[in-house]
Amino acid sequence: MATTTAIPAGIRAGQLPRNAPVGLLILSLVVTGALFLVFLLAGMTAAYNVTGAIFFGLVLWVVVTYVTSFLVEGSRRAKDRLVTTLVCTAFGIALLPLISLIVTVLTRGLARFDVAYFSESMRNVTGPGGGAIHAVVGTLEITLAAAVISVPVGLLSAIYLVEYGRGPIARGITFLVDVMTGIPSIVAGLFAFALFALITGNAGYRAGFGGSVALSLLMIPIVVRSSEEMLKLVPMELREASYALGVPKWLTVLKVVLPTALAGIVTGVMLAIARVVGETAPLLLVAGFTDSMNYNLFDQRMMSLPVYVYTQLTQPGTDVQDFFDRAWAGALTLILIVLILNVIARVVARFFAPKIASR
Amino acid sequence: MTATIAPVVKAPKRAGDRIFSGAALAGGLVILLALAAVAVFLVAESLPAFGAKATDIPGTAGQFPTFWAYVAPLAFGTVWAAVLALVFAIPFSIAIALFISHYAPRRIARGLGAIIDLLAAIPSVVYGAWGIFVFGPFVRPFWEFLAETFPWFPLFSGPVDPNARSILTVALVLAVMVIPIITALSREIFLQTPRLNEEAALALGATRWEMIRMTVLPFGRAGIVSASMLGLGRALGETLAVAMVLSPNVIISFFLLRSQNPTTVAANIALQFPEAFGTSVNVLMATGLVLFVITFAVNAASRAVIGRRAAGKGI
Repeated sequence: MATTTAIPAGIRAGQLPRNAPVGLLILSLVVTGALFLVFLLAGMTAAYNVTGAIFFGLVLWVVVTYVTSFLVEGSRRAKDRLVTTLVCTAFGIALLPLISLIVTVLTRGLARFDVAYFSESMRNVTGPGGGAIHAVVGTLEITLAAAVISVPVGLLSAIYLVEYGRGPIARGITFLVDVMTGIPSIVAGLFAFALFALITGNAGYRAGFGGSVALSLLMIPIVVRSSEEMLKLVPMELREASYALGVPKWLTVLKVVLPTALAGIVTGVMLAIARVVGETAPLLLVAGFTDSMNYNLFDQRMMSLPVYVYTQLTQPGTDVQDFFDRAWAGALTLILIVLILNVIARVVARFFAPKIASR
Repeated sequence: MTATIAPVVKAPKRAGDRIFSGAALAGGLVILLALAAVAVFLVAESLPAFGAKATDIPGTAGQFPTFWAYVAPLAFGTVWAAVLALVFAIPFSIAIALFISHYAPRRIARGLGAIIDLLAAIPSVVYGAWGIFVFGPFVRPFWEFLAETFPWFPLFSGPVDPNARSILTVALVLAVMVIPIITALSREIFLQTPRLNEEAALALGATRWEMIRMTVLPFGRAGIVSASMLGLGRALGETLAVAMVLSPNVIISFFLLRSQNPTTVAANIALQFPEAFGTSVNVLMATGLVLFVITFAVNAASRAVIGRRAAGKGI
């Protein structure tokens, strides 16, 4: 009994107790919380200042931890604790915008997240009512067309780079994929506009397909990068076993390499779609905006969900709140689509991945 | 030994092989063609802008005599907003990356990384809306406090924009959008620090921070630089968040809190393009070309840093 209590005391002598940081954090928050309550009761602030209480509580925590540690443990450990508190605080602060965003979109978006929203367009709507079905259809068509362009091109390029590519052509393609990753989305939109304006000779060209071309320009590099990574993960032994059985290279790639990497490739494609489905700028330029339903990808302006949110916010009619409600409902829909795509991607990666021995 | 070298047996070239490798090569060539087309079409559509008259400049009352006088403030605004965003984003990103790689309990670290990645998945138009309606009103009292407390500091001089639609607000929104990118890359680099180096530092009695300062940060320095450059590239090209939150002017101004803010190339295009016609379209195309050149230079620089590190000279 005597030894079990004596040893920990000896080891931890001259140190703060294990739960000191958490205890000090609670203490600081209570102190500043009480202080701001006093400010409220004294009439210095109109409402209880939650942000201020938390902020100054965190500042107090950082200072108090440093000072106590400095007095008890010395300057080196005090500096270590200072960095620990700062790093934890930074992570906490980074979470605040995310929480604020999600709460805002949920509370403001649910007002119009109803059946009418997903069954009506904005044609002849100037006040309440209306919906975003034309924008949802537009987003689906434009994004699907972009995927139909980018997936074959991206996948074939990845196969070329991993299985065939040697020498200057492969190096050139790798370099250009890197360049493409950095293209600003608005430049992709300008390119698609310039391309179709020159081809059709129509200086005011607007159509959904132009948006698809712009999006595929942004999507191809993501698909190439992720597929390349996945193809490289396929063990060389699998290919060699196939060659040893006399299978030609193209059948090996098609029947052995691709099925092994399929789950990863599908995940990459899903994430690429999630990445471009929220792109606004290129669609604003090339696909334009409209209040009416348009099923034809190749003719006339076509609304998409991000542009819908943008126009509802920036061009509200007389009754502003109706437009803002529709915009937030659109933002909620958009975030849900992105989240669902991300979840599907992770599920595919988790459950359909082949069992490869760890490298 | 030397006399009998077996002749090299070459596999017969099958038609399937030729077709398949040809298709794969074609896929790669499409990328080559697409980028060449981007360059050619942008340049072709931009050429008329260089002879543009003052009346062709969109959204202005003809106060810019030439295209270059117009694009200079825009380029300045683009770089200024992106650099301000990075000033906030880089320290936070390094701290968050360190938290996930070296401080958080290992069991939840992956989940925390995924939460930060979620910030990158949110569309920029939603950031714009959030910036106008939630973040702007939230930061306004702070900006007024800054302007009243430090009126002698030139950057903070008022009057403060009544809706806080100033460049400092925009820079903070941009920082939130860029943080997940820099964090994700720095985290990967920090995790690659040689385990033996870290353990050697700890065995010599270093505290956790001293271990990080002696092993993780020197190892990850090049990675942090290139991650920041990629973040800079993203911030330079960001359109909607800037276009929606900022109250724009085509000026060169360093004031952080006022209503007259230098707008960015991308935001200017988004705002002017729907109503532009004739040579105005070409002028906007040419500003887009300038943006493309700037982002290309930044990305090339970041890749050079990564390349140096891969060659083993960066550490």
